[in-house]
Amino acid sequence: MMAISEEYVRELSERGMRIDNRKDDEFRDVKIETGVIKSAEGSAQVKLGNTTVIAGVKLSVGEPFADKPDEGVLMVGAELTPIADPEFEPGPPGIRSIEVARVVDRTVRESKMIDVKGLKINDKAVWIVNVDLHVMDFDGNLIDAGNLAAVAALATAKMPKYEDGKVNYDERSGSLPVTTMPISVTTVKVNGKLFVDPSKEEEATADARLTVSIKNSGNICSLQKGGTEGFTVEELDKMLNIASEKSEDLRAALK
Amino acid sequence: MRDDGRANEELRELVIKAGVFKNAEGSAYVKMGNTVAVAGVYGPRELFPKFLQNAEKAHLKCRYNMAPFSTKDRKRPGQDRRSQEISKVIADALEPVIFTKEFPKVGIDIYIEILQGDAGTRCAGINAASVALADAGIPMRGLVAAVAAGKVDGDYVLDLTYNEEEKTKADVPVAYAPSLKKVTLLQMDGDLSHEDVRNVINVAIKGCEKVHEAQVEALKNKYREVTL
Repeated sequence: MMAISEEYVRELSERGMRIDNRKDDEFRDVKIETGVIKSAEGSAQVKLGNTTVIAGVKLSVGEPFADKPDEGVLMVGAELTPIADPEFEPGPPGIRSIEVARVVDRTVRESKMIDVKGLKINDKAVWIVNVDLHVMDFDGNLIDAGNLAAVAALATAKMPKYEDGKVNYDERSGSLPVTTMPISVTTVKVNGKLFVDPSKEEEATADARLTVSIKNSGNICSLQKGGTEGFTVEELDKMLNIASEKSEDLRAALK
Repeated sequence: MRDDGRANEELRELVIKAGVFKNAEGSAYVKMGNTVAVAGVYGPRELFPKFLQNAEKAHLKCRYNMAPFSTKDRKRPGQDRRSQEISKVIADALEPVIFTKEFPKVGIDIYIEILQGDAGTRCAGINAASVALADAGIPMRGLVAAVAAGKVDGDYVLDLTYNEEEKTKADVPVAYAPSLKKVTLLQMDGDLSHEDVRNVINVAIKGCEKVHEAQVEALKNKYREVTL
Protein backbone atom coordinates (compact mmCIF):
# COMPACT_ATOMS: atom_id res chain seq x y z
CA MET A 1 0.00 0.00 0.00
CA MET A 2 2.82 2.35 0.93
CA ALA A 3 4.58 1.67 -2.41
CA ILE A 4 1.57 2.98 -4.31
CA SER A 5 1.38 6.18 -2.29
CA GLU A 6 5.13 6.69 -2.72
CA GLU A 7 4.74 6.63 -6.47
CA TYR A 8 1.81 8.99 -6.17
CA VAL A 9 3.78 11.46 -4.01
CA ARG A 10 6.56 11.46 -6.64
CA GLU A 11 4.15 11.91 -9.51
CA LEU A 12 2.41 14.80 -7.78
CA SER A 13 5.72 16.48 -6.97
CA GLU A 14 6.55 16.59 -10.67
CA ARG A 15 3.39 18.58 -11.18
CA GLY A 16 4.30 20.85 -8.25
CA MET A 17 1.71 19.38 -5.90
CA ARG A 18 1.60 17.71 -2.49
CA ILE A 19 -0.54 14.76 -1.47
CA ASP A 20 -2.71 16.90 0.84
CA ASN A 21 -2.78 19.98 -1.41
CA ARG A 22 -0.47 22.02 0.81
CA LYS A 23 1.99 24.57 -0.48
CA ASP A 24 5.65 23.46 -0.34
CA ASP A 25 6.34 25.64 2.70
CA GLU A 26 3.02 25.16 4.47
CA PHE A 27 2.72 23.51 7.90
CA ARG A 28 -0.35 21.50 8.83
CA ASP A 29 -2.68 22.90 11.53
CA VAL A 30 -0.96 22.96 14.91
CA LYS A 31 -2.92 22.49 18.11
CA ILE A 32 -1.14 22.69 21.46
CA GLU A 33 -2.85 21.96 24.76
CA THR A 34 -0.86 22.06 28.01
CA GLY A 35 -1.59 20.57 31.44
CA VAL A 36 -3.36 17.52 30.01
CA ILE A 37 -1.83 14.97 32.44
CA LYS A 38 -2.40 15.58 36.15
CA SER A 39 0.12 12.97 37.28
CA ALA A 40 2.92 14.76 35.40
CA GLU A 41 4.70 17.92 36.58
CA GLY A 42 4.32 19.33 33.08
CA SER A 43 2.49 18.03 30.03
CA ALA A 44 1.31 18.92 26.56
CA GLN A 45 -0.63 17.34 23.75
CA VAL A 46 0.37 18.46 20.28
CA LYS A 47 -1.59 17.76 17.12
CA LEU A 48 0.25 18.40 13.89
CA GLY A 49 -2.40 17.54 11.34
CA ASN A 50 -3.21 13.94 12.23
CA THR A 51 0.00 13.32 14.16
CA THR A 52 -0.70 13.32 17.90
CA VAL A 53 2.04 13.34 20.54
CA ILE A 54 1.71 13.69 24.30
CA ALA A 55 4.73 14.84 26.32
CA GLY A 56 4.95 14.36 30.07
CA VAL A 57 7.61 15.84 32.34
CA LYS A 58 8.48 13.98 35.55
CA LEU A 59 10.90 15.35 38.13
CA SER A 60 12.81 13.31 40.65
CA VAL A 61 15.84 13.90 42.85
CA GLY A 62 19.10 12.06 42.32
CA GLU A 63 22.84 12.40 42.41
CA PRO A 64 24.63 14.57 39.85
CA PHE A 65 27.00 13.00 37.34
CA ALA A 66 30.56 12.89 38.71
CA ASP A 67 31.93 15.06 35.89
CA LYS A 68 29.15 17.67 36.29
CA PRO A 69 28.62 18.04 40.03
CA ASP A 70 26.83 21.39 39.74
CA GLU A 71 24.28 20.41 37.12
CA GLY A 72 20.92 18.72 37.11
CA VAL A 73 20.01 16.10 34.54
CA LEU A 74 17.64 16.42 31.60
CA MET A 75 16.61 13.44 29.47
CA VAL A 76 14.14 12.95 26.65
CA GLY A 77 12.68 9.56 25.73
CA ALA A 78 10.14 8.59 23.08
CA GLU A 79 7.74 5.70 22.76
CA LEU A 80 6.02 5.00 19.44
CA THR A 81 3.07 3.16 20.96
CA PRO A 82 1.55 0.45 18.73
CA ILE A 83 -1.80 2.31 18.90
CA ALA A 84 -0.33 5.01 16.71
CA ASP A 85 0.21 3.08 13.49
CA PRO A 86 -0.60 -0.38 12.09
CA GLU A 87 3.13 -0.87 11.48
CA PHE A 88 4.42 0.06 14.93
CA GLU A 89 5.35 -3.04 16.91
CA PRO A 90 5.28 -3.38 20.66
CA GLY A 91 8.61 -4.03 22.31
CA PRO A 92 11.88 -2.24 22.98
CA PRO A 93 12.39 1.13 21.26
CA GLY A 94 13.23 0.78 17.57
CA ILE A 95 15.62 2.93 15.62
CA ARG A 96 12.89 5.41 14.67
CA SER A 97 11.86 6.19 18.26
CA ILE A 98 15.52 6.40 19.25
CA GLU A 99 16.18 8.98 16.53
CA VAL A 100 13.13 11.06 17.50
CA ALA A 101 14.15 10.99 21.16
CA ARG A 102 17.80 11.82 20.42
CA VAL A 103 17.03 14.72 18.08
CA VAL A 104 14.50 16.27 20.46
CA ASP A 105 16.90 15.61 23.36
CA ARG A 106 19.79 17.39 21.61
CA THR A 107 17.59 20.30 20.60
CA VAL A 108 16.35 20.88 24.13
CA ARG A 109 19.79 20.30 25.65
CA GLU A 110 21.97 22.22 23.20
CA SER A 111 19.64 25.21 23.15
CA LYS A 112 20.20 25.37 26.95
CA MET A 113 16.44 25.72 27.18
CA ILE A 114 16.68 24.56 30.79
CA ASP A 115 19.48 26.07 32.84
CA VAL A 116 20.74 22.81 34.34
CA LYS A 117 22.82 24.69 36.93
CA GLY A 118 19.53 25.96 38.33
CA LEU A 119 18.52 22.34 39.00
CA LYS A 120 21.13 21.87 41.72
CA ILE A 121 19.66 21.35 45.20
CA ASN A 122 22.84 20.72 47.21
CA ASP A 123 26.20 18.97 46.74
CA LYS A 124 24.64 15.53 46.72
CA ALA A 125 21.24 16.18 45.18
CA VAL A 126 20.04 17.59 41.88
CA TRP A 127 16.74 17.53 40.01
CA ILE A 128 16.45 14.89 37.30
CA VAL A 129 14.04 15.98 34.60
CA ASN A 130 12.57 13.24 32.41
CA VAL A 131 10.58 14.21 29.34
CA ASP A 132 8.69 11.26 27.86
CA LEU A 133 7.08 11.53 24.44
CA HIS A 134 4.13 9.24 23.84
CA VAL A 135 3.08 9.02 20.21
CA MET A 136 -0.66 8.31 19.98
CA ASP A 137 -1.40 8.80 16.26
CA PHE A 138 1.23 8.82 13.51
CA ASP A 139 1.01 10.85 10.33
CA GLY A 140 4.61 11.90 9.81
CA ASN A 141 7.01 14.49 11.25
CA LEU A 142 7.34 13.14 14.76
CA ILE A 143 10.43 15.25 15.34
CA ASP A 144 8.65 18.60 15.07
CA ALA A 145 5.53 17.40 16.88
CA GLY A 146 7.68 15.83 19.63
CA ASN A 147 9.82 18.94 19.94
CA LEU A 148 6.78 21.21 20.32
CA ALA A 149 5.24 18.87 22.90
CA ALA A 150 8.48 18.62 24.89
CA VAL A 151 9.07 22.39 24.87
CA ALA A 152 5.45 23.18 25.81
CA ALA A 153 5.51 20.60 28.63
CA LEU A 154 8.84 21.86 30.02
CA ALA A 155 7.81 25.51 29.79
CA THR A 156 4.61 24.90 31.77
CA ALA A 157 6.01 22.37 34.28
CA LYS A 158 5.63 23.11 37.98
CA MET A 159 8.33 21.92 40.40
CA PRO A 160 7.31 19.55 43.19
CA LYS A 161 8.40 20.33 46.75
CA TYR A 162 11.62 18.80 48.09
CA GLU A 163 11.77 18.52 51.87
CA ASP A 164 13.72 16.29 54.29
CA GLY A 165 15.23 14.33 51.43
CA LYS A 166 11.84 13.49 49.94
CA VAL A 167 9.89 14.73 46.95
CA ASN A 168 6.34 15.84 47.71
CA TYR A 169 4.44 15.59 44.45
CA ASP A 170 1.22 16.92 45.98
CA GLU A 171 2.61 20.42 46.30
CA ARG A 172 3.98 21.98 43.17
CA SER A 173 5.14 25.56 42.76
CA GLY A 174 7.57 27.54 40.65
CA SER A 175 8.69 26.83 37.13
CA LEU A 176 11.79 25.17 35.71
CA PRO A 177 14.63 27.57 34.88
CA VAL A 178 13.63 28.15 31.24
CA THR A 179 15.94 30.38 29.19
CA THR A 180 14.69 29.94 25.61
CA MET A 181 12.23 28.00 23.48
CA PRO A 182 13.94 25.94 20.75
CA ILE A 183 11.66 25.20 17.80
CA SER A 184 12.48 22.58 15.20
CA VAL A 185 11.38 22.67 11.57
CA THR A 186 11.73 19.60 9.38
CA THR A 187 11.88 19.71 5.58
CA VAL A 188 12.14 16.76 3.20
CA LYS A 189 13.35 16.52 -0.37
CA VAL A 190 11.22 14.60 -2.87
CA ASN A 191 12.34 14.62 -6.50
CA GLY A 192 14.35 17.76 -5.86
CA LYS A 193 11.32 19.56 -4.33
CA LEU A 194 11.49 20.76 -0.72
CA PHE A 195 8.40 20.06 1.40
CA VAL A 196 8.13 21.38 4.95
CA ASP A 197 6.36 19.34 7.68
CA PRO A 198 6.18 16.03 5.78
CA SER A 199 3.12 13.80 6.12
CA LYS A 200 3.57 10.04 6.59
CA GLU A 201 3.50 9.38 2.83
CA GLU A 202 5.96 12.18 2.09
CA GLU A 203 8.32 11.03 4.81
CA ALA A 204 8.28 7.49 3.42
CA THR A 205 8.99 8.79 -0.08
CA ALA A 206 11.60 11.39 0.83
CA ASP A 207 15.13 11.11 -0.57
CA ALA A 208 16.53 13.29 2.19
CA ARG A 209 15.43 15.15 5.29
CA LEU A 210 16.74 18.05 7.36
CA THR A 211 15.66 19.23 10.79
CA VAL A 212 16.72 22.74 11.82
CA SER A 213 16.12 23.97 15.37
CA ILE A 214 16.02 27.65 16.20
CA LYS A 215 16.21 29.53 19.49
CA ASN A 216 14.35 32.70 20.51
CA SER A 217 17.40 34.71 19.40
CA GLY A 218 17.06 33.34 15.88
CA ASN A 219 20.25 31.33 16.24
CA ILE A 220 20.33 27.69 15.22
CA CYS A 221 20.85 25.20 18.03
CA SER A 222 20.72 21.85 16.26
CA LEU A 223 20.71 20.21 12.85
CA GLN A 224 19.95 16.66 11.85
CA LYS A 225 20.16 15.33 8.34
CA GLY A 226 18.48 12.08 7.39
CA GLY A 227 17.90 10.09 4.22
CA THR A 228 20.09 8.60 1.56
CA GLU A 229 20.56 11.62 -0.72
CA GLY A 230 22.59 14.77 -0.26
CA PHE A 231 21.64 18.45 -0.30
CA THR A 232 23.23 21.19 -2.39
CA VAL A 233 24.39 24.35 -0.63
CA GLU A 234 21.47 26.22 -2.28
CA GLU A 235 19.02 23.69 -0.93
CA LEU A 236 20.49 23.96 2.56
CA ASP A 237 20.22 27.73 2.38
CA LYS A 238 16.61 27.52 1.33
CA MET A 239 15.78 25.11 4.15
CA LEU A 240 17.46 27.32 6.74
CA ASN A 241 15.33 30.23 5.53
CA ILE A 242 12.15 28.19 5.65
CA ALA A 243 13.05 27.11 9.18
CA SER A 244 13.60 30.69 10.37
CA GLU A 245 10.28 31.77 8.99
CA LYS A 246 8.23 28.78 10.12
CA SER A 247 9.74 28.67 13.60
CA GLU A 248 8.25 32.13 14.23
CA ASP A 249 4.75 30.83 13.48
CA LEU A 250 5.23 27.77 15.68
CA ARG A 251 6.64 29.86 18.51
CA ALA A 252 3.54 32.04 18.32
CA ALA A 253 1.39 28.90 18.54
CA LEU A 254 3.19 27.95 21.79
CA LYS A 255 1.86 31.02 23.57
CA MET B 1 -18.76 10.02 53.58
CA ARG B 2 -15.86 9.37 51.22
CA ASP B 3 -12.81 11.60 50.75
CA ASP B 4 -14.13 13.04 47.51
CA GLY B 5 -17.70 13.39 48.77
CA ARG B 6 -19.10 10.48 46.78
CA ALA B 7 -21.79 8.12 47.99
CA ASN B 8 -20.58 4.56 48.60
CA GLU B 9 -21.94 3.12 45.40
CA GLU B 10 -21.25 6.15 43.23
CA LEU B 11 -18.83 6.05 40.29
CA ARG B 12 -16.20 8.71 39.83
CA GLU B 13 -16.71 11.24 37.06
CA LEU B 14 -16.97 9.02 33.98
CA VAL B 15 -16.16 10.21 30.47
CA ILE B 16 -16.14 7.79 27.51
CA LYS B 17 -15.44 8.74 23.91
CA ALA B 18 -15.40 6.40 20.91
CA GLY B 19 -13.23 6.84 17.83
CA VAL B 20 -10.53 9.18 19.13
CA PHE B 21 -7.64 8.15 16.84
CA LYS B 22 -7.33 8.19 13.09
CA ASN B 23 -4.98 5.27 12.42
CA ALA B 24 -6.36 2.65 14.79
CA GLU B 25 -9.34 0.82 13.28
CA GLY B 26 -11.20 1.33 16.53
CA SER B 27 -10.32 3.49 19.50
CA ALA B 28 -11.67 4.92 22.71
CA TYR B 29 -10.87 7.30 25.56
CA VAL B 30 -12.00 6.57 29.11
CA LYS B 31 -11.66 8.84 32.12
CA MET B 32 -12.69 7.53 35.53
CA GLY B 33 -11.92 10.33 37.97
CA ASN B 34 -8.18 10.91 37.66
CA THR B 35 -7.53 7.63 35.85
CA VAL B 36 -7.26 8.07 32.08
CA ALA B 37 -6.94 5.17 29.61
CA VAL B 38 -7.00 5.05 25.83
CA ALA B 39 -7.30 1.94 23.69
CA GLY B 40 -6.72 1.21 20.03
CA VAL B 41 -7.64 -1.92 18.07
CA TYR B 42 -6.11 -3.29 14.88
CA GLY B 43 -7.49 -6.31 13.08
CA PRO B 44 -8.56 -8.88 12.34
CA ARG B 45 -5.23 -9.03 10.54
CA GLU B 46 -2.55 -11.56 9.65
CA LEU B 47 -0.92 -12.95 12.75
CA PHE B 48 2.82 -13.29 13.35
CA PRO B 49 4.70 -15.25 14.62
CA LYS B 50 2.92 -18.03 12.78
CA PHE B 51 2.92 -20.54 15.62
CA LEU B 52 0.36 -18.33 17.38
CA GLN B 53 -2.14 -18.91 14.59
CA ASN B 54 -5.08 -21.01 15.68
CA ALA B 55 -7.13 -22.87 13.07
CA GLU B 56 -10.17 -22.71 15.35
CA LYS B 57 -10.36 -19.05 16.24
CA ALA B 58 -8.78 -15.62 16.16
CA HIS B 59 -5.93 -14.92 18.55
CA LEU B 60 -6.61 -11.99 20.87
CA LYS B 61 -3.45 -10.05 21.70
CA CYS B 62 -3.57 -7.39 24.36
CA ARG B 63 -0.88 -4.98 25.51
CA TYR B 64 -1.52 -2.92 28.62
CA ASN B 65 1.09 -0.21 29.05
CA MET B 66 1.56 2.63 31.51
CA ALA B 67 2.98 5.90 30.21
CA PRO B 68 6.11 6.94 32.14
CA PHE B 69 4.33 10.12 33.29
CA SER B 70 1.15 8.38 34.47
CA THR B 71 2.24 7.97 38.08
CA LYS B 72 3.71 10.07 40.91
CA ASP B 73 7.11 8.42 40.64
CA ARG B 74 8.06 8.04 37.01
CA LYS B 75 7.30 4.58 35.66
CA ARG B 76 10.22 3.06 33.76
CA PRO B 77 9.11 2.62 30.14
CA GLY B 78 8.46 -0.87 28.88
CA GLN B 79 6.65 -4.02 29.95
CA ASP B 80 7.22 -5.43 33.42
CA ARG B 81 5.72 -8.49 35.11
CA ARG B 82 2.73 -6.55 36.37
CA SER B 83 1.79 -5.15 32.97
CA GLN B 84 2.23 -8.54 31.31
CA GLU B 85 -0.10 -10.19 33.78
CA ILE B 86 -2.68 -7.42 33.43
CA SER B 87 -2.46 -7.71 29.63
CA LYS B 88 -3.28 -11.39 29.94
CA VAL B 89 -6.26 -11.03 32.29
CA ILE B 90 -7.68 -8.20 30.16
CA ALA B 91 -7.51 -10.35 27.01
CA ASP B 92 -9.25 -13.15 28.92
CA ALA B 93 -11.91 -10.71 30.16
CA LEU B 94 -12.73 -9.55 26.64
CA GLU B 95 -12.57 -12.84 24.76
CA PRO B 96 -15.98 -14.20 25.94
CA VAL B 97 -17.87 -11.45 24.07
CA ILE B 98 -15.91 -11.67 20.82
CA PHE B 99 -16.95 -14.02 18.01
CA THR B 100 -13.38 -15.28 17.67
CA LYS B 101 -14.46 -18.43 15.82
CA GLU B 102 -15.59 -16.27 12.90
CA PHE B 103 -11.95 -15.38 12.25
CA PRO B 104 -9.71 -18.44 12.40
CA LYS B 105 -5.93 -17.94 12.14
CA VAL B 106 -5.92 -14.15 12.36
CA GLY B 107 -4.97 -11.82 15.17
CA ILE B 108 -6.87 -9.02 16.83
CA ASP B 109 -4.55 -6.53 18.54
CA ILE B 110 -5.73 -4.48 21.47
CA TYR B 111 -3.41 -1.76 22.72
CA ILE B 112 -4.15 0.00 25.99
CA GLU B 113 -2.20 3.02 27.18
CA ILE B 114 -2.68 4.35 30.69
CA LEU B 115 -2.02 8.09 30.47
CA GLN B 116 -2.92 8.95 34.04
CA GLY B 117 -3.16 6.52 36.92
CA ASP B 118 -5.26 6.91 40.07
CA ALA B 119 -6.25 3.27 40.78
CA GLY B 120 -8.55 1.19 38.63
CA THR B 121 -6.31 1.36 35.58
CA ARG B 122 -7.06 -2.20 34.41
CA CYS B 123 -10.80 -1.50 34.67
CA ALA B 124 -10.49 1.76 32.74
CA GLY B 125 -8.38 -0.15 30.21
CA ILE B 126 -11.05 -2.83 29.77
CA ASN B 127 -13.77 -0.19 29.38
CA ALA B 128 -11.75 1.57 26.70
CA ALA B 129 -10.75 -1.67 24.93
CA SER B 130 -14.33 -2.90 24.83
CA VAL B 131 -15.56 0.31 23.19
CA ALA B 132 -12.57 0.32 20.82
CA LEU B 133 -13.37 -3.25 19.70
CA ALA B 134 -16.96 -2.27 18.93
CA ASP B 135 -15.73 0.89 17.20
CA ALA B 136 -13.46 -1.29 15.04
CA GLY B 137 -16.51 -3.26 13.93
CA ILE B 138 -15.41 -6.55 15.50
CA PRO B 139 -18.48 -8.81 15.82
CA MET B 140 -19.33 -9.04 19.51
CA ARG B 141 -21.98 -10.55 21.76
CA GLY B 142 -22.01 -7.33 23.75
CA LEU B 143 -19.66 -5.03 25.63
CA VAL B 144 -17.59 -5.72 28.73
CA ALA B 145 -17.68 -3.14 31.50
CA ALA B 146 -15.36 -3.08 34.48
CA VAL B 147 -15.00 -1.32 37.80
CA ALA B 148 -13.45 -2.15 41.16
CA ALA B 149 -15.16 -2.30 44.51
CA GLY B 150 -13.83 -2.78 48.02
CA LYS B 151 -14.49 -2.36 51.69
CA VAL B 152 -13.33 0.81 53.43
CA ASP B 153 -14.09 1.49 57.12
CA GLY B 154 -16.86 -1.12 57.13
CA ASP B 155 -18.58 0.22 54.01
CA TYR B 156 -18.74 -1.37 50.60
CA VAL B 157 -17.51 1.24 48.17
CA LEU B 158 -17.40 1.44 44.39
CA ASP B 159 -14.66 2.68 42.06
CA LEU B 160 -11.84 3.27 44.53
CA THR B 161 -9.25 6.03 44.22
CA TYR B 162 -5.61 5.45 45.04
CA ASN B 163 -6.08 6.93 48.53
CA GLU B 164 -9.02 4.63 49.21
CA GLU B 165 -7.14 1.65 47.85
CA GLU B 166 -4.49 2.30 50.51
CA LYS B 167 -7.13 2.12 53.25
CA THR B 168 -9.17 -0.76 51.93
CA LYS B 169 -9.19 -4.28 53.29
CA ALA B 170 -9.41 -5.54 49.76
CA ASP B 171 -9.69 -4.13 46.30
CA VAL B 172 -11.69 -6.24 43.88
CA PRO B 173 -11.65 -5.39 40.18
CA VAL B 174 -14.60 -6.94 38.36
CA ALA B 175 -15.37 -7.07 34.64
CA TYR B 176 -18.90 -7.97 33.65
CA ALA B 177 -20.60 -8.66 30.34
CA PRO B 178 -24.25 -7.59 30.78
CA SER B 179 -25.39 -9.36 27.60
CA LEU B 180 -24.08 -12.69 28.91
CA LYS B 181 -24.73 -11.90 32.57
CA LYS B 182 -21.24 -13.18 33.27
CA VAL B 183 -18.26 -11.96 35.26
CA THR B 184 -15.24 -12.11 32.93
CA LEU B 185 -12.52 -10.75 35.22
CA LEU B 186 -12.22 -11.13 38.96
CA GLN B 187 -9.15 -10.49 41.04
CA MET B 188 -8.60 -9.75 44.66
CA ASP B 189 -5.91 -9.41 47.20
CA GLY B 190 -6.69 -8.62 50.79
CA ASP B 191 -8.69 -10.04 53.63
CA LEU B 192 -12.48 -10.31 53.37
CA SER B 193 -15.13 -12.67 54.72
CA HIS B 194 -17.19 -14.86 52.44
CA GLU B 195 -20.15 -12.52 52.81
CA ASP B 196 -18.04 -9.44 52.17
CA VAL B 197 -16.74 -10.89 48.94
CA ARG B 198 -20.28 -11.62 47.75
CA ASN B 199 -21.39 -8.08 48.61
CA VAL B 200 -18.36 -6.44 47.06
CA ILE B 201 -18.92 -8.33 43.81
CA ASN B 202 -22.57 -7.29 43.75
CA VAL B 203 -21.65 -3.64 44.28
CA ALA B 204 -19.12 -3.92 41.46
CA ILE B 205 -21.62 -5.54 39.07
CA LYS B 206 -24.12 -2.74 39.71
CA GLY B 207 -21.32 -0.31 38.92
CA CYS B 208 -20.47 -2.20 35.72
CA GLU B 209 -24.07 -1.81 34.57
CA LYS B 210 -23.77 1.95 34.92
CA VAL B 211 -20.45 1.95 33.07
CA HIS B 212 -22.08 -0.16 30.36
CA GLU B 213 -24.76 2.49 29.80
CA ALA B 214 -22.06 5.11 29.30
CA GLN B 215 -20.18 2.84 26.85
CA VAL B 216 -23.31 2.35 24.73
CA GLU B 217 -23.98 6.08 24.83
CA ALA B 218 -20.41 6.84 23.68
CA LEU B 219 -20.74 4.50 20.69
CA LYS B 220 -24.10 6.03 19.76
CA ASN B 221 -22.64 9.53 20.06
CA LYS B 222 -19.98 8.77 17.50
CA TYR B 223 -22.61 8.09 14.88
CA ARG B 224 -25.23 10.60 15.99
CA GLU B 225 -23.67 13.42 14.01
CA VAL B 226 -23.53 11.51 10.74
CA THR B 227 -27.11 10.19 10.79
CA LEU B 228 -29.45 11.95 8.42
